[in-house]
Amino acid sequence: MSGNEERLPRLLALVPYLQARPGIRVAEAAADFNISEAQLRRDLQLLWMCGLPGHGPGDLIDLNFDGETISVIFDAGMSRPLRLTGEEALALAVALRTLAETPGLADSDAVYRALAKVETAAGGEVDDGTVTVALDTTERLVPVLSRALQEGRALQLRYFTAARDETSERTVDPLRVFVIDGHSYLEAWCRSAEGVRTFRVDRIENVELLDEPASPPDGLQLRDLAEGVYQPAAEHLLAVLRVSAAYAWVADYYPPEEVVELPDGALQVSLRVSEPTWVRSLVLGSGGQVEVLSPGWLGESIRSDASRAIAAYAGK
Amino acid sequence: MAARRAERLVNLVICLLSTRQFLTAERIRDAVPGYEASDGSKATDEAFKRMFERDKAELRDLGIPLETGRNSHFDAEDGYRITRRDYELPAIEFDAAEAAAVGLAARLWQSATLGEPARAALMKLRAAGTDVQEAGSPGAVPVLDASDPSLPTLLEAARLARPVTFDYVKARSETAELRTIEPWGVLSWRKRWYVAGLDRDRGEPRSFRLSRISGPVKFIGGPAAFERPEKVDLLEMVAGTRNDEGRIARIKVSGPAATLRRLAQTEDDGVLSISFAETNWLARQVASAGSHAQVLEPDDLRDAVLTKLRAATGASVGEGE
Repeated sequence: MSGNEERLPRLLALVPYLQARPGIRVAEAAADFNISEAQLRRDLQLLWMCGLPGHGPGDLIDLNFDGETISVIFDAGMSRPLRLTGEEALALAVALRTLAETPGLADSDAVYRALAKVETAAGGEVDDGTVTVALDTTERLVPVLSRALQEGRALQLRYFTAARDETSERTVDPLRVFVIDGHSYLEAWCRSAEGVRTFRVDRIENVELLDEPASPPDGLQLRDLAEGVYQPAAEHLLAVLRVSAAYAWVADYYPPEEVVELPDGALQVSLRVSEPTWVRSLVLGSGGQVEVLSPGWLGESIRSDASRAIAAYAGK
Repeated sequence: MAARRAERLVNLVICLLSTRQFLTAERIRDAVPGYEASDGSKATDEAFKRMFERDKAELRDLGIPLETGRNSHFDAEDGYRITRRDYELPAIEFDAAEAAAVGLAARLWQSATLGEPARAALMKLRAAGTDVQEAGSPGAVPVLDASDPSLPTLLEAARLARPVTFDYVKARSETAELRTIEPWGVLSWRKRWYVAGLDRDRGEPRSFRLSRISGPVKFIGGPAAFERPEKVDLLEMVAGTRNDEGRIARIKVSGPAATLRRLAQTEDDGVLSISFAETNWLARQVASAGSHAQVLEPDDLRDAVLTKLRAATGASVGEGE
């Protein structure tokens, strides 16, 4: 970091820096400039030789070394740092804008205030919009989830449950964040469901880091992820579906109990589903490509819902 | 930088800041230690000239506003000065929360292209009296990588409105093609950098992935050689999240219908407005909600939904999509 090309900007910044902090310790100043104390002393020696034209005793920069502390006695007119270059203001402004979009890392009002100040100081040189950092949901949320884990804090989530076609608010105690097949997941104790739940991060619509500590029940067993994210359970509904070749992906979506190929190329898929709504949406949207063979009540309820939907159009 | 050169340049800056008059090169030669005094020989004069030219370039590279001008008509040659108002960082003060945000922001950049300017900016803010801490912030921050070699040039090109050319290898192609573009901006999306702008040969807006640019990016004009359209949505140009030819559907929903609500741009009294391009795709989403959703318009979407619903009642099983 004490590369030669960085020395001149540092030398120009040093005098105003020291002047703003009378009696600062050498070690602290060196740390702020990311250089060794020895390098800082060399820089100060050099500045001592610099000053106003004439270079008489009263013209030179004068610094007071009092043991381990430094103060500026005469600054030779170097009282303020050089203004930000367009590139510097841009790099900072883009990073601040990105930070503002990432919840939970910094007070976002403060981020916007700082951004406004940087832009004012840059004298309008920050060209809004030529550099954009667009974060997707996962990139935005993983930092705050990790922070909740690190600090042992509870989270308030608004979560979209695709299988139930609904969005809900819940308070959770985070257990871990993991990635499977390119998707990031949060595994957490859900206080309203009173159970461990897995949340796909890109389906989290909003997250709030709560002040209260996470308090998952003692002795929780984390699930073995070797079998994949969705694990069928015996208490889940066993559905038998007839799916056309175009919908063969259904057999891969949930681990099926049985897949039988039918003479016409369609498949008969038996699988355990936690949410009948998932089957309902699948069948209704498929335009006849997916049918429920069993249980009978489910097929019947889907057919009658379709009829109700059609009737609504007729009544318009 | 050699100590002698650094010392000379600091003295040069102090000298030019301390004067209201434009100082000629000869006056500067006398006033700033480190320049060899004239001995009347051409060789020393030439050496001074070269050294002074290099020094001026160095100051300008740092963004120091070195002015050129004459004090009066009678001056035979140009002089130099630095106006304090243009040199100095204006007053800027941060409270603790703002300073924490600035320190954290500067850490986002993982590579030199934007990381060094961000750190240089921090140094100046500290020199202005702000206590900006880089440490002590939460461990996980989104990481902004900016290591593509063409990024610095394209950043500058977009910022200064300079058209550029580069060789570009399209996806699933092996040969590079020369592209000429007016860059409107650069975008980082899903860990990749893109440049978007007007493709001059095609006369259309296009976006390009920086990792597919082969060889150097060259300026062919500018600054201010083109005008950036006022409303540019870089993300839209790169990711195509919305479709320009999209139509608007109005759909009445009841119950959760969260999938449709997530697609909606607006919701007014249970009626969603959803922009869409593919009728069949949206029809599937609407039909999936069953009796919780009803298409108000357009008609072709309503018909497509009805076809699916009828199939689901068992009326015409197996109708294709």
